[in-house]
Amino acid sequence: MTKADIVETVYQRVGFSKKDSAELVDMVFETLKETLEKGEKIKISGFGNFVVRDKKARKGRNPKTGEEIEISARRVLTFKPSQVLKKMLNPNR
Amino acid sequence: MKKSDLIAAIAAKARISHKAAEDVVNTIFDTLKKALARGERIELRGLGSFSVKKYDPYTGRNPKTGGKIEVKEKRLPVFKTGKELQKRVNSG
Repeated sequence: MTKADIVETVYQRVGFSKKDSAELVDMVFETLKETLEKGEKIKISGFGNFVVRDKKARKGRNPKTGEEIEISARRVLTFKPSQVLKKMLNPNR
Repeated sequence: MKKSDLIAAIAAKARISHKAAEDVVNTIFDTLKKALARGERIELRGLGSFSVKKYDPYTGRNPKTGGKIEVKEKRLPVFKTGKELQKRVNSG
């Protein structure tokens, strides 16, 4: 599934034109990205949480050469699925 | 940011009613959920991708009591951050 499929569903279900549906879907994803870029977390009930985490610098190794290298401090994005979504993926569990 | 904040932001930016913004946001996440429930992979250019990972059943242990627990097979959604978003998160 790609963005085009999501745009199509919005177009069919919500009743905006194709062009407006595409713009709205872009706007939603862009808003999510801008929020995460600020380091703010996003909680979508029934879906999951996106959290930006600060990682400290650490030492790593080049697995090919065995050479030790410094992995710089960085921010990473993690996704934690909600119980509802997990249940949807495991209906018989 | 919660879903209600996202809905309010879209209503304001797109100048549409709160109800319409709510329908758009709910439809998007509902579509994503249904695709994952079918085991389908989702690719959102610039944002990232969602896939479904299958885990085999295994015998786990309760770390407190040491008792054995049978963990049934399960499927979990996995998100991998896209290159563009990773860059933006890191420089923000």
